Amino acid sequence: MATAAISKRGKAANTPGRFGAYGGRYVPETLMAALEELERAYEKVKKDAKFRARLNQLLHTYAGRPTPLFFAQRLTKKLGGAKIYLKREDLLHTGAHKINNCLGQALLAERMGKRRIIAETGAGQHGVATATVCALLGFDCVVYMGTEDMRRQELNVFRMRLLGAEVRGVSSGSCTLKDAINEAMRDWVTNVRTTHYLLGSVLGAHPYPTMVRDFHKIIGEEARKQILKTEGKLPTAIIACVGGGSNAIGIFYDFIEDKKVKLIGVEAGGRSEKLGDHAARFPGGSPGVLQGTYSYVLQDDAGQIALTHSVSAGLDYPSIGPEHAALKDTGRAEYVSASDTEALEALTLLARTEGIIPALESAHAVAEVIKRAPKMKKSDVVIVNVSGRGDKDIGILRENLKLD
Amino acid sequence: MPFSFGQKPSLIAYVTCGDPNLATTREIIFAAIEAGASVIELGVPFSDPVADGPVIQRASERALCNGTSLADVLKLAAEIREKHQSTGLVIFSYLNPVLRMRLAKFCKVARAAGVDGVLVTDLPIEEADDYIRETRKNELAPIFLAAPTSTDARLKAIAQESGGFVYAVSRTGVTGARQQLTQDSQDLVRRLRKFTKLPVAVGFGISTHEQFTEVGKYADGVVVGSAIVDVIERNPGKEAAAVGAFVKQLL
Repeated sequence: MATAAISKRGKAANTPGRFGAYGGRYVPETLMAALEELERAYEKVKKDAKFRARLNQLLHTYAGRPTPLFFAQRLTKKLGGAKIYLKREDLLHTGAHKINNCLGQALLAERMGKRRIIAETGAGQHGVATATVCALLGFDCVVYMGTEDMRRQELNVFRMRLLGAEVRGVSSGSCTLKDAINEAMRDWVTNVRTTHYLLGSVLGAHPYPTMVRDFHKIIGEEARKQILKTEGKLPTAIIACVGGGSNAIGIFYDFIEDKKVKLIGVEAGGRSEKLGDHAARFPGGSPGVLQGTYSYVLQDDAGQIALTHSVSAGLDYPSIGPEHAALKDTGRAEYVSASDTEALEALTLLARTEGIIPALESAHAVAEVIKRAPKMKKSDVVIVNVSGRGDKDIGILRENLKLD
Repeated sequence: MPFSFGQKPSLIAYVTCGDPNLATTREIIFAAIEAGASVIELGVPFSDPVADGPVIQRASERALCNGTSLADVLKLAAEIREKHQSTGLVIFSYLNPVLRMRLAKFCKVARAAGVDGVLVTDLPIEEADDYIRETRKNELAPIFLAAPTSTDARLKAIAQESGGFVYAVSRTGVTGARQQLTQDSQDLVRRLRKFTKLPVAVGFGISTHEQFTEVGKYADGVVVGSAIVDVIERNPGKEAAAVGAFVKQLL
């Protein structure tokens, strides 16, 4: 069980699918053969030059990679400390980093002969990216989304439908991301023979956390080249928001061995520190199993999963990718949180200093750089991953910001 | 003693404990046993029951609203055991509540309560080393699921690791009644028999006397879950009597 495969090596645990003690494959038996099949197929395409070439070409000509690394001059000046660079994942097609993983998994599904795709979505960015690749490749697409998220991200609901996807509302639990994953898993367990579950974060059972990270690690690989070219050195710190943690692991991964580069993940602090009012899994949670993986989970004394809150739907989730749990335990990465208010303020500041409206999720990372940069030296360099753009959030921003 | 599947087919009755409350669950279980159930699966409510259909999802929500915990279910098991020594008792749970209680403690308490077997829905054999060791140490049968999608290699390993009986899932999908059972179920039981002498129970989707009889032709035990939970939901105030009557007409 959870403790059986403990390895202290963190990043490169010796059991497949384990990150230190975390990860694994905790699903009903019906899904096991499908996960084994997926793992085999993924291992095969990883080494397949044709597959990689096709993926790279789509990332380049369709998604818009590489994304720029932008020096945020006015924000740097305003904060008066470290030099701040923004990794512009928000400029990708569909508006967030999610497309990296969706293209990879969709090509893999095509290889496996599965032409029905299901997905969950929180903020709708993964749902939109999934609907997009399904349109591109001619797949049937069903996206599960909590009804609360459908309300607060209604633009994305419309976009998915416009792209030909069926959006199914989920009104159990807190009607958010966790509940959408439950429903997607129920669909998968029913239609597993014909369907690929295109999971959107570094969550779930093995091989998902590894595979999704691999499809996103290009973010960090690009950032490394770009910062070396511009600054001639590695950054002092990298900051990214963490819901499930896919954009964060994507930008962290290539820097894990560079111990001098600080890796900082920002969780959703929500409206208070009370259980149910936030999605800060590290200060508030403890190890447990949710939706296929062993990681930190917000839960009560009886092992029931807690409700969560965040102004940002994409961070509103009670567990965190198992690789982040391992990075936390080994101390390789540091995890902090930003409150709803701090994220809203950070979003506004970035909009007004740089003309960039980040997604509310990414605004949590911006909030951390606002706190941290002034305390750093002018020779320090920080990269903030702007994982998505804020267009989808206009509705909720109008509810929360008074601009008159 | 617990899993005597002599009288074919045996009924394995599932209830979500704490729905509508623990005292009523106890009465429901007594009624099911008196009506002929050989084994009772005590369902532990969980906030995120990914393997369950809408009926058991709703029951779990109601049970959690009452604050029903794994510790409560184990206490209930002890109460049932006190009155019925020959009925098989299985704890049916998702993994997280068991982890939270701590595996070793859970097994000890379960054994002391007189539980015979444990089935953890989201714990496949690959992740179950500690679990198998602890359950066996405490004389609890580790019951595993076998699915129509399981390869022969997996079925063989599942058969080897299982104790008590093997639970064959009748079809791909979540729990809940179906009009028709597919050929999947019988094929799976036939494949399983190649690898094990343990009794095989079939569950998921069985809700009528006809289905019970049909499955009973090739399985040693037949699990009825959502159909019983549905009877409970539809008969507020007279749950136990309704379940007793339902079980009688099933057999």
